[in-house]
Amino acid sequence: MKLLNLIRIALKALQRNKLRAFLTMLGIIIGVAAVIAMVAIGQGSKQSIQDQLSSMGSNMITVRPNSNSTVGGGARLDQSGLQSLTLDDIRAIQKQATFITAVSPAVQAKGQVINGSLNWPTTIQGVAPEYLSIRDWPVKDGITFTQDNVNTADKVCLLGQTVVDNIFSSGEDPVGKIIRFNKIPFKVIGVLAEKGENAFGQDQDDIIIAPYTTVQKRILAIPYIQNIYASAVNESSSEKATAEITDILRTSHRLKPGDDDDFLVRTQAELISTFSSTSQLLTVLLTAIAGISLVIGGIGIMNIMYVSVTERTKEIGLRMSIGARGIDILFQFLIEAILISITGGIIGVVLGITASKLVTIFLSWPTLVSRSSIILSFLVCAITGVFFGYYPAQKASRLDPIEALRYE
Amino acid sequence: MANKIVDIHELKREFRMGAEIVRALKGVTFSVDPGEFVTIMGSSGSGKTTMLNILGCLDQPTEGTYLLDGVDVKKLSRNELAILRNHKIGFVFQAYNLLARTSALENVELPLLYNSSISSKSRHDKAVKALEAVKLADRLDHLPNQLSGGQQQRVAIARALVNEPVMILADEATGNLDTRTSYEIMALFQELNQQQGKTIVFVTHEPDIAAFSSRTITLKDGKVVKDAKNQSVRSAREMLAALPVSTDY
Repeated sequence: MKLLNLIRIALKALQRNKLRAFLTMLGIIIGVAAVIAMVAIGQGSKQSIQDQLSSMGSNMITVRPNSNSTVGGGARLDQSGLQSLTLDDIRAIQKQATFITAVSPAVQAKGQVINGSLNWPTTIQGVAPEYLSIRDWPVKDGITFTQDNVNTADKVCLLGQTVVDNIFSSGEDPVGKIIRFNKIPFKVIGVLAEKGENAFGQDQDDIIIAPYTTVQKRILAIPYIQNIYASAVNESSSEKATAEITDILRTSHRLKPGDDDDFLVRTQAELISTFSSTSQLLTVLLTAIAGISLVIGGIGIMNIMYVSVTERTKEIGLRMSIGARGIDILFQFLIEAILISITGGIIGVVLGITASKLVTIFLSWPTLVSRSSIILSFLVCAITGVFFGYYPAQKASRLDPIEALRYE
Repeated sequence: MANKIVDIHELKREFRMGAEIVRALKGVTFSVDPGEFVTIMGSSGSGKTTMLNILGCLDQPTEGTYLLDGVDVKKLSRNELAILRNHKIGFVFQAYNLLARTSALENVELPLLYNSSISSKSRHDKAVKALEAVKLADRLDHLPNQLSGGQQQRVAIARALVNEPVMILADEATGNLDTRTSYEIMALFQELNQQQGKTIVFVTHEPDIAAFSSRTITLKDGKVVKDAKNQSVRSAREMLAALPVSTDY
């Protein structure tokens, strides 16, 4: 009841000076709107990077050979020349690993693909049928190859969309056609769904996929493999899966304890966290800047409240003479400050969300308005009101009614 | 009289101004009975203002006792003084001291907002009644700047009446008004005193205003030099009627 009266008193006092109340609010409005919009932009870019990385298969683990000084000795070779990964490794992983759902070897060759009068430089990727599920990559038209095709090193292939666009005229169905890669004929049995660019800006659709045996025997003429792709049970177990693969490969490569690994295991999760931490930094920076503007808004409130106390000294004297206690005056000014900051906060939240939407519409930047940023900036607002309103309110409450009444 | 409204005995008030001690009141004794209309007169420096502040429970005596309606003011804390003012005193100031951009009704409601035992319904009713008592029932929603000086002072008087105080304390309440309006206000005070039995203490330095009260206490140099019943109380209403009808041209 008493508090209700004080809120009523504070509201009436604010109503008597609407423009000033609004101008005081403006600092808070801009501060909150900035926090919401900045966090939304930061979170949005983080989310879009994560989505892009996940498009490469979020549970994916890649293994590539690595030169180690303890094995071999002499001149150290470039990665592509290393022969440390073999099909035995694949079989070992298939047999022993428990955190791995699928595993595929991979060999690549660069070359020119020809269809009739059209040709295009691209890469052929030799893999097992499991590769497509590891990459989370469906076939758009036609079918995929099978283990039988692998066993017999069939000259069949799947085309990425970029390759299709470059060697087939529009409207032509590539499925069933014969193309030539480095003069070797391949039958197109399917077209891969478009995957777009990866996080590094490479076109993932500029590729031909074929059974690894075919690429190994008919194009590269090598017995070893260049990469291993595997899929962890889920994203959170990719660390365990990495450790498991490392153990299996060390055993299979007969490395002694203390020897360096002759391979590198990389997970997509690591990449995601690296990129996320970059955009996290962005978010923190943007939020810090926005936070500063919120503090400035708070100081604005304090400034106005302070001026207001001086200006309304006579009013305070009158209120005291008709029975307002010090604490009533304190609460009146404190409630005024809180009302200003919370109203400013609400307007700021609405404005911030609107601004984020506009950024997405007009600049096509991804934004993500997070509930936590709304709650946080709102809380900060209320605290700002109390914190910056308290000092002027206390000053008002300690006025001597006699002097306040005589104040001109 | 057992229940005096004001009972002041050997009251002293000293101020420390740096190294000097200024003695504003040097032992004042008087009392006010219910239903009295007392003016406190004195030139500047007589201790009149200090007396007013103490009577209004805005200040406390250094020595001596002040009982307001039986309550010893000297023993009270700041907050208790505020509550005492809220319940027992109605102030009327020279400069009206109405809240700007606030309707007459809301101005009158103000003292009741600081009294949590009054519901918003009875607050409104009491404020309307108080404004009716000062003949401003048709001006409830007017803002102070839409009212004349006399009307503003009547709103202030309504505000002083609304909490049903034991004493109305007026501080040069006619100081900002012309003669005619002063008489109107004094007529209103006399009416409140004579018809409703309100106790009024009126602080002024104008002798012709004092003539409307039933008793005059004169202060000089911090002491009561004269305390006399007014033998012939003048009627403000008659004075008003005797004024030249119109000086307008």
